Amino acid sequence: MFAETALNVRDKKVQGLFRLIFGLMTVLLIIPVLVIMGMLVYKGGSIITIDFLFTAPTDGMTAGGIFPALFGTVWLVAVALLISVPIGIAAAIYLSEYAADNWFTRIINLAIINLAGVPSIVHALFGVGAFVVFFKFGTSILAASLTLAIMTLPVVIVSTRESLQAVPRAFREACWAMGATRWQTIRRVVLPNSVSGILTGVILEVSRTTGETAPIMFTGAVFFTPLLPQSVFDQTMAMSLHLFVVATQVPGVPEELPFGVALVLIGMVLVMNSVSIALRMYLRGQKKW
Amino acid sequence: MTTDSQALAIRTRDLNLWYGTFQALFDVDLKIKQGIITSLIGPSGCGKSTFLRSVNRINERLGYVRINGAIEVLGKNIYDEDVELVQVRKQIGMVFQRPNPLPISIRDNVLFGYNIHTQGRRPSYREQDDVVENALRQVLLWDEVKDKLKSKATELSLEEQQKLCIARLIPVKPGVLLMDEPCSALDPKGTEAVEELIWELRDNYTILIVTHNMAQARRTSEECIFMLMGKVIEHTATNTMFVTPAQQETADYIEGRYG
Ligand SMILES: Nc1ncnc2c1ncn2[C@@H]1O[C@H](COP(=O)(O)OP(=O)(O)O)[C@@H](O)[C@H]1O
Ligand SMILES: [Mg+2]
Repeated sequence: MFAETALNVRDKKVQGLFRLIFGLMTVLLIIPVLVIMGMLVYKGGSIITIDFLFTAPTDGMTAGGIFPALFGTVWLVAVALLISVPIGIAAAIYLSEYAADNWFTRIINLAIINLAGVPSIVHALFGVGAFVVFFKFGTSILAASLTLAIMTLPVVIVSTRESLQAVPRAFREACWAMGATRWQTIRRVVLPNSVSGILTGVILEVSRTTGETAPIMFTGAVFFTPLLPQSVFDQTMAMSLHLFVVATQVPGVPEELPFGVALVLIGMVLVMNSVSIALRMYLRGQKKW
Repeated sequence: MTTDSQALAIRTRDLNLWYGTFQALFDVDLKIKQGIITSLIGPSGCGKSTFLRSVNRINERLGYVRINGAIEVLGKNIYDEDVELVQVRKQIGMVFQRPNPLPISIRDNVLFGYNIHTQGRRPSYREQDDVVENALRQVLLWDEVKDKLKSKATELSLEEQQKLCIARLIPVKPGVLLMDEPCSALDPKGTEAVEELIWELRDNYTILIVTHNMAQARRTSEECIFMLMGKVIEHTATNTMFVTPAQQETADYIEGRYG
């Protein structure tokens, strides 16, 4: 009774084999992450001090800190978000809550998916043509942020729309059946229950935008300027471009400098991703259905 | 306006409905009397929910639904140009198959419709308290929840949730209640409790209830409609239908020869 048969033994072996393969793949996956982080900390960790973060580069960018680049990246990302987030969320609400399912909305959806697939260097060229030249913003934070905004827009729209669609249809019907308008339903039920997903999507977008180089390098970011930007019409340094420059364009840079810049850049991204995850866990805990 | 001796709550004329190219309702002509419970029975997929959902115009949210014919509610065709959708939905409450309280507190659930329809003047807290108590008392739920009005409605048992879903309609003062298999998600005890409640509500509302449960139709309703494949086969007093059905299909269904 209940004793193991030869067939059981074979099945268990096969099952153990697959389990091992899948497990190994998972380990393989985290190895690059660990190696990258380890190498950056090992090679660049020693250079990072408060001074490094808060002073400008000196000696032809072979010494000194990274403050203008750090400051510039914050500007670029903030302005890009101010543009893309309101537009993206509004468009997602329209597509998810108002638009009927017809050929017109299907074309818009197709356009969004394709826009998300456009390579960033193409966005850069578009940004130069449209914002720098045609609208005469010059190479400026505004032009660069607009370019970044257009690049992030489709992702903001898609992730927001997914969060909205995750709110059960039954909630909407409950509201409509009590005579609530579309807007009342969105305002009181749909948005409060999707805000965690929307925020997570936005923050992940921010962290992605932070590392972008191509879209800003022709539109607003410069190799070197000792001046901090005073308005959105000024040029600025940026972390990603600065990393590219000190790693490949300037002779005589000490080895730890580019690794230090990379470490700060990755640190910014990791902090934002962690905030996003923490926020999501907090807001998830708040709701229950 | 109607010329019948008893006023009609819902009157449809040649109602046809398509989902895209699929026709779900065929020439539905019904006269549903005011002030009684009418039950709607028929096998799965015969168009019961579809009919209900066109009476409060919730179906038209789907872009591919096409309707022709007329649905008069309390004497007015709700598909007329001059009809305001919000007023239609206010007048015609709906209870769904799966209890769907909103993920907010019990109190806020009851007040949701009420607050929406008293805009401009913010009701005082006392006023709202009265509304909540009155509505919950009417659905026989007050004693169970009076000490936890601030807790989440989604934490209630299914039976209590379904009662709450009925309670939140009361402050909106609908004339007609549509119920789409309101007991099918509940256990026998819950079914009994909600049925009892529906029976209690009969004096104040016109109720149209869809049910799979023949015994339930028999117990709760005065008139009964039998539908089959999008068509109305028979509409008579419930007793007559269950004892001496006029149509062969009705007899077959009642005796359990369809699913
Ligand atoms: N949203 C929809 N889109 C397309 N077809 C539908 C939709 N809802 C229902 N139907 C179809 O219409 C018919 C009637 O469905 P329904 O009214 O839900 O039946 P019942 O409530 O009597 O079980 C079924 O054949 C069903 O497949
Ligand atoms: Mg149904």
